[in-house]
Amino acid sequence: MNTKLIGNYVGKILLILSVSMVPAFMIALFAGEETAAWSFFATIALSAAASVLLTRIRPKTKSLYSREGFVIVALSWVSLSILGALPFYLSSSIPRFVDALFETVSGFTTTGATILPEVENLPMSILYWRSFTHLLGGMGVLVFLLALAPQDGAGAPMHILRAESAGPTVGKLAPKLRRTARILYLIYIGMTLLELVVLLIGGMPFFDALTTALGTAGTGGFSIRNSSIADYSPFCQSAVAVFMFLFAINFNMYYCILLGDIRSVWKNSELRAYLLIVLIATGAITISTLTRFASVGEAIHHSFFQVSSIVSTTGFATLDYNGWPEFAHAILIILMFIGGCAGSTGGGMKVSRIVILIKSLGYEMDKLIHPHRVTSLRLDGRNIVADGTIRQIHVYFFFYFFILIISTLLLSLEGFSFKTNFSAVLACLNNIGPGMDLVGPACNYSFFSIPAKLLLILNMLIGRLEIFPILLLFAPSTWKRRS
Amino acid sequence: MKITITGGGTVGCALAERLSSEGHDIIVVDVNPAVLSSLPDTLDVMTVEGNSASLEVLKSAGVADADLMIATANADEINILSCIAAKKLGCPHTIARVRNPEYTQQLMFLKEELGLSLSVNPELAAAQEIYRLIQFPSFLKRDSFNKGRVELVEFALSAGSVLVGKKLSEVSAVIGPRALICAVERGEEVFIPKGSFELAADDKITVTAARKELAALIKRLELVKQKIHSVLIIGGSRIAEYLTEELLRSGVNVKIIDRDLGRCEFLSQKFPNALIIHGDAARRGFLESEGIAATDAVITLTGLDEENLIISKYATYVGVPKVITKMKRTEFSHLFENRDIGSLVCPKELTVNEITRYVRAMANSGPGSLRALHRIVDGKAEALEFTAQPAEYIGVPISQLHIKPEMLIACIWRRNSLIIPKGDDLIQVGDILIVVTSADRTVSELQDIFEKNPLI
Repeated sequence: MNTKLIGNYVGKILLILSVSMVPAFMIALFAGEETAAWSFFATIALSAAASVLLTRIRPKTKSLYSREGFVIVALSWVSLSILGALPFYLSSSIPRFVDALFETVSGFTTTGATILPEVENLPMSILYWRSFTHLLGGMGVLVFLLALAPQDGAGAPMHILRAESAGPTVGKLAPKLRRTARILYLIYIGMTLLELVVLLIGGMPFFDALTTALGTAGTGGFSIRNSSIADYSPFCQSAVAVFMFLFAINFNMYYCILLGDIRSVWKNSELRAYLLIVLIATGAITISTLTRFASVGEAIHHSFFQVSSIVSTTGFATLDYNGWPEFAHAILIILMFIGGCAGSTGGGMKVSRIVILIKSLGYEMDKLIHPHRVTSLRLDGRNIVADGTIRQIHVYFFFYFFILIISTLLLSLEGFSFKTNFSAVLACLNNIGPGMDLVGPACNYSFFSIPAKLLLILNMLIGRLEIFPILLLFAPSTWKRRS
Repeated sequence: MKITITGGGTVGCALAERLSSEGHDIIVVDVNPAVLSSLPDTLDVMTVEGNSASLEVLKSAGVADADLMIATANADEINILSCIAAKKLGCPHTIARVRNPEYTQQLMFLKEELGLSLSVNPELAAAQEIYRLIQFPSFLKRDSFNKGRVELVEFALSAGSVLVGKKLSEVSAVIGPRALICAVERGEEVFIPKGSFELAADDKITVTAARKELAALIKRLELVKQKIHSVLIIGGSRIAEYLTEELLRSGVNVKIIDRDLGRCEFLSQKFPNALIIHGDAARRGFLESEGIAATDAVITLTGLDEENLIISKYATYVGVPKVITKMKRTEFSHLFENRDIGSLVCPKELTVNEITRYVRAMANSGPGSLRALHRIVDGKAEALEFTAQPAEYIGVPISQLHIKPEMLIACIWRRNSLIIPKGDDLIQVGDILIVVTSADRTVSELQDIFEKNPLI
């Protein structure tokens, strides 16, 4: 294990953290929020100092293998979460550190689950920082580092990209990793700015539009209103719904569109499945909730918003769906499992994994009838999925449910309803935010005990980094000298 | 530059590694997904799976926008076909690896029709390198510049050498004013030495000199000088085929041992004047019976690196004066001492050097671009050849020029004679310069060896 290199990388990440906190610090200064300004200043100084110390470590070799890749990603996220929580804690906006940590991890992992019953009286700079964590965590802070860092020699940082990005397989968009990371970030920031402009046109105040755009981009879901998105105009709500939907599509598709390669977009199995899922879910929920709304148009509007919000794992809400019929709840729970597309900022199992799982089901059924049949699993009409990838997805599926079941079991010790516990774990593991019942869109997570909050924090990190980096961080074999 | 490499074999991968580290955008195409799956983990490249001669695959590998395509797939025919297709798709430069000796002539003839910018033949290059070493057996390595007029030779200092213990500023009295020590390898380290550098036994030194001075140099340095009359080649590979042709032409006796009967028959038909022996050269008794100890040179050219190393070591052990070992892969070559296995020749390395030179010259088609590139001292330094063009640094004494550290103007070829530059020498337009640099800098034109502001 190349611990020096890992330290060096974590140091660079902390530098990015301290630089990205500067705008929040400026806002605090201009808004005259003295305690917030001090807390940001202290965090920036601490993080910069830690960064200077860590980056002074000169690794003997720059060789980086998959083990180091996983550990770098996991440790970066853990240190990011702890330092990112300091402004909340130091400014006493969130008096308990565990709560501050929960809020920050929820931000970075783009979960959007909050422990704050009341957000509207928080200082502006704190609200801004809370939303900004979504942007940084959405595409991944290490991907941002790869976009900035000069390429030193080999392409081994590919292990980092793979460990931090969402989806079963990670491909490059350009021969150089740095360029790939830059393209991803350009699309990401471009779309965020576009949403900001659309929301401003819709008449939303600037600060609201900015934080909502940041929350949508990372498919996070922190809002600066207690009522989430419900108080904004229907136009703004629809715009947010559409952008949530867009941010959960694989960013490679946007790159293909930019290159004029419409055919690949059209042929993409995952995108087709995603569209179909959204269409069916919206239709089914519209029909089941039709009687509760004044008009069909309104029913479609709210159904699409909620579907888009849950499938993209954002977690904004225009109303409290706790009152909806059980059928609608069941559909939303299924959507929570599925999540967004691979290579997007969305969480969940990812549509492509579901597509491959279902296809491999058919493939195995076929094998039962014709034991000697030789076939291969195809995606996008031509790409053959390697057996290794299918196996990895099966393993992923198993681990996912294993963690889900164990977490639900542990959370049950708290004594709340099964629906609360199960949906809380589901909402955290899939980085959605609101669950059902006591953790529904109109509620928050503040009532859980400290161990329960720590469990949910772990779930959020596991979900965002797709299980393995965090698991490997705790596996003894990762740290063994000879293995 | 955007470069597509077809074929992810040893040469393809080595090229991808070198060119990507020089900052180019590399896409590697191969039919075998197993070859490609691990590649992006170690190199910053993109991969495309498929037959490199298929238009569809080439298109998806972005050949249409690429600046250069290098075809290094296994089959020559596929490489040629890939290059034709790439040219049609609009790729301005194409390089093909073509290895079959039967195509060599055809290629000269058809180069334009096939749209090839360059064709490389690693085996032929290796055979030429070996032949050059046979001509001057005292040297471990020999690279030539300016059409063979200037040479860069490497040799090890034995404990009793006249140079041991001498400072570099004192050696010109020994090696003469027309030769210069431009690189010294000591253990794992490489120095581009200054005047105060002191030479020690076991140092491997690289000297630049004019071709016509080589014989005199050997005499002054009291190196063992023995003309080679008989050569034993182990392994009747393609390199052996090219080499035998050259050797027979210059009147050297050639004996080839190969364990494949069919190959032996083919060689005996092609070279009736050579002695072709069918047998297993890895058997000690067999080698002894074929008189290994009595030959002037042993060259191991089998397809197995391990076998080559063992046989070469044995040849040195029985006292063969000149041993040359071919190796496919060189990652571990530093574990072996030259005194055990003699000179090392790596066809892959030669090809990669040739193509790297082409790529660097392409990236810089302006004046003063690269004419030749050789990697010296175990790949840790580069020797480069340039023609001086009108620029700021022309006509200024060298002592007044800001040359980057770890760079050395080794010699200047002007009006048919070699100048070892001193501080008061000037660079003139039309001069041919040989520059030695450490290999971790990419130099593609003469300007690159000077600081941003070349004048002091």
